[in-house]
Amino acid sequence: MFARERALASWYIGIALAALAIGTWFGPLQALEHAGVNLYPAASGGVTYYQGLTIHGVLNALVWTTFFIVGFFTLTVPYGLNRPLDAPGLNVAGLILMTVGTVLTAFALLTNNGTVLYTFYPPMQAHWTFYLGLTLVVAGSWVPGWGFYVTAWRWRREHPGERTPLIALASLITMVLWQICTIGVAAEMLGMLIPWSLGWLGGTDPLLARTEFWFTGHALVYFWLLPAYVSWYFMLPKQAGGKLFSEPLARLAFWLFLVLSTPVGLHHQFLDPGISPAWKAVHAFITYGVFFPSAMTAFTVIASLEIGARARGGRGLFGWMRALPWGDPSYAAQNLAMIMFAFGGIGGLVNASYAVNLAVHNTLFVAGHFHLTVATAVTLTFMGILYWLLPHLTGRQLWAPRLALVQAYSWFIGMAVMSGAMHLVGLEYVVPRRVALSQATYVEPAWHALLNDAAVGGVILWISAALFFIVVAGTLVAGTRSAARVEMPVADVYQPAPVPAWLDNWRLWLSFAVLLILLAYGPVLVNLIGTAQLNVVGRRVW
Amino acid sequence: MMHVDRYERRWMIATGVTLAVFILALAVTAVIGGIELPGVSERIAPSTVSTSGPFANPGLRQLGPGRYELFIREQTWAFVPNEVHVPAGSSVTFHLTSPDVQHGFYVEGTNIHMMVLPGQVSSLTAAFPRPGTHQFWCDEYCGIAHQIMSGKIVVDPAR
Repeated sequence: MFARERALASWYIGIALAALAIGTWFGPLQALEHAGVNLYPAASGGVTYYQGLTIHGVLNALVWTTFFIVGFFTLTVPYGLNRPLDAPGLNVAGLILMTVGTVLTAFALLTNNGTVLYTFYPPMQAHWTFYLGLTLVVAGSWVPGWGFYVTAWRWRREHPGERTPLIALASLITMVLWQICTIGVAAEMLGMLIPWSLGWLGGTDPLLARTEFWFTGHALVYFWLLPAYVSWYFMLPKQAGGKLFSEPLARLAFWLFLVLSTPVGLHHQFLDPGISPAWKAVHAFITYGVFFPSAMTAFTVIASLEIGARARGGRGLFGWMRALPWGDPSYAAQNLAMIMFAFGGIGGLVNASYAVNLAVHNTLFVAGHFHLTVATAVTLTFMGILYWLLPHLTGRQLWAPRLALVQAYSWFIGMAVMSGAMHLVGLEYVVPRRVALSQATYVEPAWHALLNDAAVGGVILWISAALFFIVVAGTLVAGTRSAARVEMPVADVYQPAPVPAWLDNWRLWLSFAVLLILLAYGPVLVNLIGTAQLNVVGRRVW
Repeated sequence: MMHVDRYERRWMIATGVTLAVFILALAVTAVIGGIELPGVSERIAPSTVSTSGPFANPGLRQLGPGRYELFIREQTWAFVPNEVHVPAGSSVTFHLTSPDVQHGFYVEGTNIHMMVLPGQVSSLTAAFPRPGTHQFWCDEYCGIAHQIMSGKIVVDPAR
């Protein structure tokens, strides 16, 4: 059973890893450039700074994450429901669409015809393959979602009165959140950017495009994060020998993310003209609200791990932490990722703070922030998951687990150094992000020390990434074949109690989600669409 | 209802209270501290900003004693003008727009920080109480020479 699901997941994850390998190569090149060590184009195969930055952002933030997440859920939904996919054709079709999309976008990127960064703000105009490709990656990822829904719907029909199993429910909520929030970027692509890049439309409205982009752009963060939460809540306690502390609150947290993730996007546009500060403030407040389910997660996950640590002989108010399995690469990677996320979350509150945002907007503080969130909380967790998932998929044991452990810790250290320096230099000197600083005309001597620190962190991360791919390749090629397949870790519930029906009610929570989006985004979007002027012509400026 | 552990309930209440305090702090700083974000200013046709209207001949204009407005056209890859002198003690309202792609605008040592979009005018006001030099630069990616987009505001001693 599930051989087909494993094969499908392997394809998704294989492509995800290829994207991560290419995308990560360009990361440290930027950090080094900022420190005055310009390795472009020698170490980049002729790729320029901004082209490399676009490749880094698109492949890591969009392709690696989306492919990994869909691949991971291709297992968690069927395993959670203990039922093979009912419509595997949809899941295969999604894989094909997403892969074709990735190839199209990669073509635009690698030929330097799409150097528009991963935010691709018009009127900067990329080749049409860039937009069509990304649209296929995003819309393509809806299709396997439909495959999951069919499966879950049939399961519900056959199990009346039962609560949807946790892992499956959390995965499904994440996919639905993604389908709701990506309506924004789909409207931007189909309504403006694709016809415009093909020459069918004379111009775009840059403010409307930004607003549609950020409708998707912040919920995107939760689409990255929630699969990590699936692991932290429901798998990691098992790996630590513990149990899930609070099942109802775990369910509630995921439903709250469904409701609160999307109507917060304007906090990325605090400094935009043409949008009333009152609406910006509304989104700032809702962004604070979305901190709430993350705080709940912190409590439940830590309590679940504590149960494990005490069962392993841990003692004391804080001393139990020493009894956690810090020597297990899969566990250590994820716990380290979680620690970083605490700082990432706090930095996120700073970014979302209406007035304080003025001090850090578009500075390296923000880039430092999302290297704690997507590049560590998410990516290091996914790496940790892969340390059991690769053996699960291949039937081979993890090759060189010690090396994998060094990889996890070196990622943590490298990121602490790099991201810490980026935060500080952004906060202290308002140093802008996404700019070739070694050639900039306004750099001040005081910036150099911290920029050099960030480059040191970048080099450590480069080494850590290399170790990761060595472990992956080693496992595929030289891993010892295991007698029994490594299973997906699933934590039991601590003191199970009946779960109320309202925590398994799609109609209720979807209504809340749609209502809040209409209230918080409706008037802004109606106004921007009603007054849109598609009169700004496209330009190629690279 | 569902069962919630005693400590977990306290944690959730503490989180809620903390967030409420943060929201209050935001409101207080924005309203009492007078922190201003760019809002709805005016729309402008990007194809004609360089040839007609205030952005065709951008620069500093005096509105009254100690009060100025400053028009800057931000284009690939320069600010027009890129050096502006104001007397110490002035209050300056900045108006920026772009004839081509998106840009950003940050003036060192001030709260002037905004995005500049073709088709929109971005406006904010700041006071320059003391003599000195404030660099400004573009902080939104705008193409291959994005890094050379900078300029300065020189605050001259008041006479």
